[in-house]
This record gives sequence, structure tokens and C-alpha cells, in this order.
Amino acid sequence: MSELLLPPEHRYAKRIKEQLNEDGSELSILNLGPTHPATHGIFQNILLMDGERILEAEPTIGYIHRAFEKIAENRPFYQITPLTDRMNYCSSPINNMGWWMTLEKLLDIEVPKRAQYLRVIVMELARITDHIICNSILGVDTGAYTGFLYVFQFREKIYEIYEEICGARLTTNMGRIGGFERDWSPEAFRKLDVFLEEFPPAWQEFENLFVRNRIFIDRTVNVGPITAEKAMNYGFTGPNLRATGVDYDVRVAQPYSSYEDFDFIVPVGKSGDTYDRFCVRNAEVWESLSIIRQALAKMPEGNEFHADVPDYYLPPKEDVYTNMESLIYHFKIVMGEVPIPVAEIYHPVEGGNGELGFYLVTDGSRTPYRLHFRRPCFIYYQAYPEMIEGALLSDAIVILSSLNVIAGELDA
Amino acid sequence: MALEAIQIQEKVNEAFGINVFNYNQEKDIFSFESTTDSITALILFLKNDPDLRFHFLTDLCAIHYPDNEFSRQFAVVYHMHNWYENKRIKIKVYIDGENPKIKTISNIFRSSNWMEREAYDFYGIDFIGHPQLKRILNMDEMISFPMRKEFPMEDSGRTDKDDRFFGRTTDNY
Repeated sequence: MSELLLPPEHRYAKRIKEQLNEDGSELSILNLGPTHPATHGIFQNILLMDGERILEAEPTIGYIHRAFEKIAENRPFYQITPLTDRMNYCSSPINNMGWWMTLEKLLDIEVPKRAQYLRVIVMELARITDHIICNSILGVDTGAYTGFLYVFQFREKIYEIYEEICGARLTTNMGRIGGFERDWSPEAFRKLDVFLEEFPPAWQEFENLFVRNRIFIDRTVNVGPITAEKAMNYGFTGPNLRATGVDYDVRVAQPYSSYEDFDFIVPVGKSGDTYDRFCVRNAEVWESLSIIRQALAKMPEGNEFHADVPDYYLPPKEDVYTNMESLIYHFKIVMGEVPIPVAEIYHPVEGGNGELGFYLVTDGSRTPYRLHFRRPCFIYYQAYPEMIEGALLSDAIVILSSLNVIAGELDA
Repeated sequence: MALEAIQIQEKVNEAFGINVFNYNQEKDIFSFESTTDSITALILFLKNDPDLRFHFLTDLCAIHYPDNEFSRQFAVVYHMHNWYENKRIKIKVYIDGENPKIKTISNIFRSSNWMEREAYDFYGIDFIGHPQLKRILNMDEMISFPMRKEFPMEDSGRTDKDDRFFGRTTDNY
């Protein structure tokens, strides 16, 4: 069988030939993916197995590669947000805001406090959706469907809030240079209040279902552990790194969008196994809720939702029809006649999975000369073959699920 | 005491002399350039020096500059981060245009393994000593390096997509 799948010079084929077990059984090759319902995305892993145990794994990625970096080199700056949406599509507002903040750093734009707080709220909502998906799907993969059904409706509630803010749900394309495209409607704040009231009890119930659950603990404790040193060497960031006990969080290390105004703790784990990753994400959801409450409480008065940067911020449409200056600005922005400095910028934000970085090189034209996305998934997924070595096949699924590898971010 | 840019410059200058140059502060990131020969030693020095401690490789990517002179046609950019002092640096290495080659750092930082493969996949930069330098996001059969500037956005040989039906000609006039 194995000859059909792999050329004879492949290391698996050699190893199968060399290693014959005492009872006469031989090693086998299992193709996990590219499309498999348990991998939640399109990844292929060719596993070399001894019975139920995984000896080696060889990942293949790139099945949904869409050449975003190449497309970005041919697009004006404000048309790149839709590309960022599609990277980590579980938390697209974080990607959107990260991109706008990169441009604001490039153009030295100071965003008003209220717009920054609104951004914090929407980014934390996005983090909650990301963690809801990861943790509840981890539950599904260990055989607990109930928790998923409890909390998944709240993802829908968050999408309704997005809808009130920007009109879209999954791929949000939210915001503009300097703030938001429009002020948040009262309905958005009302939905947010309802969410803040209804979600915590459900999340508490979800937590109670899992955290002390014997079956869940048996399936996750000591499954796919990684040490802090190894994790850092592999470039881990975000919850997966914090589960190993390192308290690195971009929101604290390099506060952006006024994160320094809020009190929150950075939850850390200890052993870096699947259970710790689950617990860190759980705790982060509570912190995110607390940040949203603080942002709402501290929200400055008024209705400022964008910076006063007519060179880069599209004027309201009614002004374009009636006002000479607005028409000129509108034309200049749409035709890409705005001044762009020549610079190299790196801006990191704390995405759902870790440090999401935008490395932007400009040459003064209307499009980026080079735009590189530092995608956390792409970098830490390299450790996956090592993490599943010696594990059972069913553990490999759980580990993949707990790493929260999002195909869109992996392949960009 | 916080690690200042000038301290980094002094230390690096002391150890590498003329092989590291063009120090400057770009917005919030201190950056400098190095040469292909000294890059592995430089990265190892930055990682292991007890004062500098740039123990985390944030990012590695390549850039194509077809308009530059021949010896500076490609660049590999390394972003490193010291979490103890919360200091970021950027190192840029220019490579010549024909057969761009640079030594791998995948034995220093394992995270660079796939990032180097990505740079190879899109720019054709050969990372000498890389354990498994093959395409990562594109298919193995591909013969060109699509992120190079001369590579067109759309395949001009496509026959299934007639530009007339999209109201445009090939040069967009």
C-alpha cells in the first residue's frame, strides 16, 4: 500500500522497510486531510503510524493560498482591509484595526480617544468570538457537543453587533484610516449591553461543563505539551505561548489603541498542554469582557468617531455634492493622489492567535511596495509535527484543535 | 535600565565593525544592515549576548528591488525582539540579483524554517544549509517565483478569460 502513496526514496518508505515489529506487523501511513471534518480547515498531514501511535508527521499547507501579499502590492491602501478580513476570519475586526493602525503609524495620525475605545471594544468582541470557536470546537472534538451549542449562539449575537457597526458579519471590512466609517448606532450599544448581560452566565456554564470534567481532563491534560523555551524558539505567541507560562502579550508589551488605560491580567498556564491552552483562552474571555465593560464606562462624551484627517478620511457623501473642498478631497483619495511618506513600518497587534504583524514598505506611491503579514498561525504550526510525535491519532486532532490553526491565516 | 539604541549600536559595532552599517531609527524600530557573510554570526550574537538578548525572531521576509543596482536587488529582513527590555530591531541584508543566496538561520531559530521556505517559494532566495528548502504555499511544479516584481498579477496566457467581456483591454485602456 505504502508504495502507492510515496516514492521509494521517501524517508517513510525507508523507515517502513527498516522497522518491522516483533509481532510481524508493519508501520503504516495515514493521510490526514486535506479535507477532513475533524481538522476544521484544509491541511494535509501525512502520518507515519505504528498502530494507533504517530511516529512522524509531514504537513503540507497552502491549499487556500490566495496571494494576498501580491494582490496588496497592486491595491491602494484602503482596499487592503478586505484582504486582511480573510486571514483570521474568526476575528476579522482585529485584522482590520491592525491594518488601519499600521497606516496611522505611517501617517502619524492621532486617533481620538473615543474612536480608540470603540476599537478596543470591537477588537475584544472579536477575541471573544475567536476563543468561543476554538474552545467550543475543542469540546466537540473531545466528544462534548453540548457546550458548543450553549455558547455558539453568542457568536451570532456578536455578529449582530458587527452588523450594526459596519453592515457585514464575518468578513467585516470595518473602519477607515483614523477611525470608523460611521458612528456606532444606539442599537449597537443596546445589543452590546444585552450581550454583556447574557453571555457571562452562559460562558460560566460552559466553563463548568469542562474545567473539572473527568473525561475532558483525561483527553486534554498532558496532551501535546510544549515547553516555554521550545515554544519561543518556534515563534509561538498569543494564548498558545501563554499556556506554557510566558506572559507575553502585545497589548501589554506595546499598548496600542489605548490598551494602557485598562486593567486586565494576562492569564498564563504552566505546562503548555491542551488543557492549559483551553484554560488560558477561557480566562482571556473573562478579561476581554472586563475590558469591554471598562471601555464602556470610561467612554469619553461626544460623538467623535474618526480623526480629523481630510487628506485620508473620505468626507460624508452629502458634503461631496455640496462642498467644494469635500469634492476635492473625495477625488484625491479615490484617485490615490494623497501624499504617502516613504517608510518602513512594522506594527504588531495581539490577534486571536498571537502577534499579528504588518510589515509595510512604501515608496511614496498609492500602493504598498511590499506588505508582509506576520501570521501567528503560519509560524507556530511548524511545531505541530513535533507536538504530535508519539501521540495517539485521536490526540492529534485535539492538539490541532487546541492550537486554533485557522486555514485562512495559515495560507494568506 | 532600558536598553537604548545607542548601546545596541556600540555593542554590535564593537563585534562586527564594518560588516554592520546604516544604523538608523525608523519610527519605533531601530534598524541596521548587514552582509550575507556575517548574518548568521550577527543573529547568533544578538541572541546570545547577555546584554542584548534578542531571543525572539518575530518575522523574516524578503523584498525584491528590481530598480536597485545589481548587488542590492533582493533584501531579506529579520525582525527580532527582546522581551525582557521590550525592544525591537530590524536587520536588513541586501543580496545580489542573480542566484540570490544567504545562509540559513533555521538552526538558530526554528521558527525561521517555514519563513525561509516562504521567502524561497516567492522570491527564489536560496537559504544555504536549510534542512528542507522546498516550496511551501505554492505547488511544487511551479517554475517561477511569483512575488518578484516582474511576475504579472494575472496569467497573460489565459484563454478562458476574454478581456473584452470585462470591458477592458490587457493594458487597461
